[in-house]
Amino acid sequence: MRYWEVPFGKEKPKTPIGEIHILKERCKGCGFCVEYCPKDVLEMSDEFNSKGYHPPKIVNEENCVNCGLCEMICPEFSIWCTLKEEVALEN
Amino acid sequence: MQKIPQKIIHNKYLRHRKKFPHVWCPGCSNGIVLGAVIRAVAELEWKRSDITMVSGIGCSSRMPVYVDFNTLHTLHGRAIAFATGVKLFKPELKVIVVTGDGDATAIGGNHFIHAARRNIDLTVILLNNYIYGMTGGQYSPTTPIGDRTTTTPYGNIDPAFDICELALGAGAAFVARTTAYHATEAQTFIKKALVHKGFSLVEIICACPIIYGRMNKKGDAPAMMKSMKENILSIKAYEKLTEEQKEGKIKRGIFREVIKPEYTEEYDKLVKSLQASIGEVDNDRT
Ligand SMILES: Cc1ncc(C[n+]2csc(CCOP(=O)(O)OP(=O)(O)O)c2C)c(N)n1
Ligand code: SF4
Ligand code: SF4
Ligand code: SF4
Repeated sequence: MRYWEVPFGKEKPKTPIGEIHILKERCKGCGFCVEYCPKDVLEMSDEFNSKGYHPPKIVNEENCVNCGLCEMICPEFSIWCTLKEEVALEN
Repeated sequence: MQKIPQKIIHNKYLRHRKKFPHVWCPGCSNGIVLGAVIRAVAELEWKRSDITMVSGIGCSSRMPVYVDFNTLHTLHGRAIAFATGVKLFKPELKVIVVTGDGDATAIGGNHFIHAARRNIDLTVILLNNYIYGMTGGQYSPTTPIGDRTTTTPYGNIDPAFDICELALGAGAAFVARTTAYHATEAQTFIKKALVHKGFSLVEIICACPIIYGRMNKKGDAPAMMKSMKENILSIKAYEKLTEEQKEGKIKRGIFREVIKPEYTEEYDKLVKSLQASIGEVDNDRT
């Protein structure tokens, strides 16, 4: 029997899944969010906003863990993340 | 325009309907520092009306324009002088001064050292980008030797100020340095500085990719952030280096955190004791 699996009757740890919101009009295309996302969720797009900058686009939405690094490093307050759901860790 | 939910903490404290997008260039660190200030205030759960943010003139000094606190956007170099007035008039307000390297150490140098010496309860957040950003890139007292600016086109020969050493020498009670790359650390230091009773300085090394970066071929904004990560080391990591390796590296961390008699409190005590003694005199007369 593997008692250690449920230490002190604690629930299994869960992974958060985040939902990303981008305010494209406010972005200035600096690329920090793409550079610092640990899960490679974002990529710079070819699209222009009305000021002529390239905002980022979401390429791997399912990988986002709601860590908030993109939100913290964005100098324009144009990207933020909210918690969508929490799923149990596999195995 | 997309809707911005109120529950996002940044938006609770920003004048985002009127003033955004802000004027700072793409990749400028000033926005990151603004985020750190806001998160620090949100963690402390201070009310917006309890805080006054004061600044002078410069790119960094535009910060009060964007926040929904009591704000004062004053003369170049005089932010600390105005802040001293606010603090003495209403000591219960939390006064934050946002200033640049030129604003605080060139034209406003005397205000800076004397506020530190008097230990007046202000939190000074100094955004050091090594240059006068707003006026097109003149050298400042923190520009490193050899760097090119519009006023030093052949390379700067003036030795630079170490702002934290300057504040320590002037007797500041709380002195810390961090960078815009270390955004969480900046948030923690700002929070500590805000609750510290007395003069507190947080120097934040910032990237000005558009003017300083271009003139000195420092690469794009992410490259400048990377060089901050590599060259600005924690006190512990810095002390481990040999003298040769220390060349070109800067240390970051909290250099001093002490409690000393605070100016507005001392002033208040003096006023009260004088009033009491005058009261006694009046009583004698009647
Ligand atoms: C009395 C006065 N002198 C000069 C100026 C011009 N001026 C405006 S901003 C500035 C320099 C700002 O540099 P810094 O404080 O380093 O801020 P940064 O723009 O780099 O963030 C100068 C010299 C002024 N506005 N007022
Ligand atoms: S919250 Fe974290 S994982 Fe999700 S996009 Fe932002 S940086 Fe990437
Ligand atoms: S960090 Fe912000 S401003 Fe920079 S590219 Fe990402 S969303 Fe745009
Ligand atoms: S000139 Fe430099 S400091 Fe000023 S907004 Fe542009 S990048 Fe920032």
